[in-house]
Amino acid sequence: MPAPIRLRELIRTIRTARTQAEEREMIQKECAAIRSSFREEDNTYRCRNVAKLLYMHMLGYPAHFGQLECLKLIASQKFTDKRIGYLGAMLLLDERQDVHLLMTNCIKNDLNHSTQYVQGLALCTLGCMGSSEMCRDLAGEVEKLLKTSNSYLRKKAALCAVHVIRKVPELMEMFLPATKNLLNEKNHGVLHTSVVLLTEMCERSPDMLAHFRKVRQLFSSQLVPQLVRILKNLIMSGYSPEHDVSGISDPFLQVRILRLLRILGRNDDDSSEAMNDILAQVATNTETSKNVGNAILYETVLTIMDIKSESGLRVLAINILGRFLLNNDKNIRYVALTSLLKTVQTDHNAVQRHRSTIVDCLKDLDVSIKRRAMELSFALVNGNNVRGMMKELLYFLDSCEPEFKADCASGIFLAAEKYAPSKRWHIDTIMRVLTTAGSYVRDDAVPNLIQLITNSVEMHAYTVQRLYKAILGDYSQQPLVQVASWCIGEYGDLLVSGQCEEEEPIQVTEDEVLDILESVLISNMSASVTRGYALTAIMKLSTRFTCTVNRIKKVVSIYGSSIDVELQQRAVEYNALFKKYDHMRPALLERMPVMEKVTTNGPAEIVQTNGETETAVLETKPPPSGLQPANQANDLLDLLGGSDITPVIPTAPTTKPAAAGGELLDLLGDLNLTGSPVSAPAPQIAQPPFLLDGLTTQPLFNDIAAGIPSITAYNKNGLKIDFTFERSNTNPSVTVITIQASNSTELDMTDFVFQAAVPKTFQLQLLSPSSSVIPAFNSGTITQVIKVLNPQKQQLRMRIKLTYNHKGSAMQDLAEVNNFPPQSWQ
Amino acid sequence: HFILLFSRQGKLRLQKWYTTLPDKEKKKIIREIVQIILSRNQRTSSFVDWKDLKLVYKRYASLYFCCAIEDQDNELLTLEVVHRYVELLDRYFGNVCELDIIFNFEKAYFILDEFIIGGEVQETSKKTAVKAIEDSDMLQETVEEYMNKPAF
Repeated sequence: MPAPIRLRELIRTIRTARTQAEEREMIQKECAAIRSSFREEDNTYRCRNVAKLLYMHMLGYPAHFGQLECLKLIASQKFTDKRIGYLGAMLLLDERQDVHLLMTNCIKNDLNHSTQYVQGLALCTLGCMGSSEMCRDLAGEVEKLLKTSNSYLRKKAALCAVHVIRKVPELMEMFLPATKNLLNEKNHGVLHTSVVLLTEMCERSPDMLAHFRKVRQLFSSQLVPQLVRILKNLIMSGYSPEHDVSGISDPFLQVRILRLLRILGRNDDDSSEAMNDILAQVATNTETSKNVGNAILYETVLTIMDIKSESGLRVLAINILGRFLLNNDKNIRYVALTSLLKTVQTDHNAVQRHRSTIVDCLKDLDVSIKRRAMELSFALVNGNNVRGMMKELLYFLDSCEPEFKADCASGIFLAAEKYAPSKRWHIDTIMRVLTTAGSYVRDDAVPNLIQLITNSVEMHAYTVQRLYKAILGDYSQQPLVQVASWCIGEYGDLLVSGQCEEEEPIQVTEDEVLDILESVLISNMSASVTRGYALTAIMKLSTRFTCTVNRIKKVVSIYGSSIDVELQQRAVEYNALFKKYDHMRPALLERMPVMEKVTTNGPAEIVQTNGETETAVLETKPPPSGLQPANQANDLLDLLGGSDITPVIPTAPTTKPAAAGGELLDLLGDLNLTGSPVSAPAPQIAQPPFLLDGLTTQPLFNDIAAGIPSITAYNKNGLKIDFTFERSNTNPSVTVITIQASNSTELDMTDFVFQAAVPKTFQLQLLSPSSSVIPAFNSGTITQVIKVLNPQKQQLRMRIKLTYNHKGSAMQDLAEVNNFPPQSWQ
Repeated sequence: HFILLFSRQGKLRLQKWYTTLPDKEKKKIIREIVQIILSRNQRTSSFVDWKDLKLVYKRYASLYFCCAIEDQDNELLTLEVVHRYVELLDRYFGNVCELDIIFNFEKAYFILDEFIIGGEVQETSKKTAVKAIEDSDMLQETVEEYMNKPAF
């Protein structure tokens, strides 16, 4: 068999192919040759063949028959073979292949090879694509290499360790002792990789983080000052040609150190304080003319924003971002907008100063920049600047790409609702949005708008007039037409009578109005929902208009035989109204009353309140317990009043245990606080029948496990709390505890709040209590349901905290409940 | 994340994946990304939001270098990483051009592996990285040695 052709030649030949078919032919021929060569177990040319195979793989052709060959190459003694073999392994033998594991032994041998480059190859391969089994097997070897004095190997071992940790997080502890001396190195490569390793460890495990913050390392001082010192040396030291990039020494290392500092300083005052100086230094001394400098500044800004830095530093950071915004380079502006978006919640005022620049970015050509500028602008709108901002945003809506229009329109509606300076301005804005971006407005906007319009009673005439004029010319934009038809239906009489204070009244006759509505009905462009609106509007006008009732009757009867079922149904019903129930018609078609304002569920709203409640909770002492009675009062009113509209309780219930836990953690020690008294409103709505029936326990599961004894969890000062248990047969790790609190003293206990905390392996959910008042003399009880998820079937323990008012003073008590019967958790 | 090099006509010159994906997925992703990047004009920024990753790309002569990074990574620094890789290639090949990378793709991979492992930079000094490659090259046997050395 002739010697297989060399790689270069193959490449050259393939490149001469003029069509895809020619190329495929050549490749197939070559593949066949390679396959037969492999079958012959030819050691000499294996390397060359595999190299060719890899090239073909890159062009997109299948190459799996080369996998075993790669293994043989790796096992070979020749360095050339090993190099290509490992390359092939990295390209062809990812985790999903069966032969992947066979590599393990080879890699193990190579990790102990005498030549450092071979060891390097092995480390590299393991670090790029080692599977979890491989990592587990070879972690010991990696750890050994981490301690070697050879810096070439050390840096590779460090990154390999990072990969191992990512695949198998449990092995993290193994590398901990090796990290002690890593930062003492002079070699930048090792320093860089060590910082990456430390970063990975700190990000993965809060325990590690605490460890690194506090523990004094052998032979060196604590971690943060050490990092600070290294950073300082980098900045101060003179020109070092090896690591220099455009005048800045080793920016890669600088940025990584900044990132690690960020993680160390997050939520930790001491560490943050130690970093303040160096951060200020970096921020002021770094040159910004080249991208490198800006990269470092960007990282610095992110770090300053994330740690507990002093306000002067934060202002400095925002100013840097402001300068970025003015930069001509698109990349830098993009980066600035992204960071501002992250910080706008916390440093709102500082960002406001750059508002005009941000608004200018709306006019930029780049899509990503425009999107970010738009989001940022919405975040910045407030009562003062709303008119100006709206103008800009409306202009943006006119000219932006279709993919933005929906978001922009919704954003404008939300902002207008919150900050509208006057009703007329509000309605004008809405009209503007409807006319410019009408077809992109979301469907749920239409009912919101209608409700808004009914609320502004004095504006009805003005509104209907403007809407009429808008659809006179063009009725293709569905949401606009829907709103307009509805309004015309309601307020048609105002339109025809020509009374309008705000604007020049127009003269419209009833026939003209009906013309418009009929054309909407007939037009092909109208969706069937819109037609429904139009038909109903025409019907309503029958009571409001005086001289055209016959015409209306005719129109309605035509549609009695319409193909569209919805339309037909409506028409038939209206017909019936005319014929048999004519006496009821005026009453039925009366004007709609002003609708109850339902709290909007727009995302911006929740973000706002979240931000507020969070800061409120962090600063003031009465956390959720303050909200709890209000919620309960709301809920009770709800149930007793029986109104249809359930007020959506604005605070997001489940997501902020950390905030509430902040204070309570101090009291409750190491147990994890998961029971937030601000419970989900959803179960509340489902529960009315049960709670109205009485304050009895609610059987939540149909199959209740038989008789678990109840316990008295707490009995002090006249307050007794009993726990009764239910277990579900369908989900054995859930225990439902119903607490009953009773009061044997002679005075009521008011504002009673029950909170509970469980160990980390459990999860707790507290549902709403039945009330917050425990009447005296055991004449009534408060019941509350707790659900505990215990997947590991560990012994149930709970710490409870009780607060209430009794005899005019506020009482508070902590207790631990340990006497849970075994049947409740086994 | 991953690194891709492709020409202006969309032909792939180098691909390095640091996460495991089936082959078909990889091909699909490559096609998508090549399309997105080739359709962006000169004056747009070098960053694209794609799925839950950020794509950072830069064009050098006729080659596009594209890196996919995660949300918390620093985009501007990634541009520097790409630039550093190009510098390394330049130093090794001497005035590198696309043909060099085509005909010596395995060397391009070796250089990349000396610079980045598992998605992270391992060596920040140009000199050291290039020296390591040159030393490894020396270790590669000459043709006679190769023929004579035992295989296993």
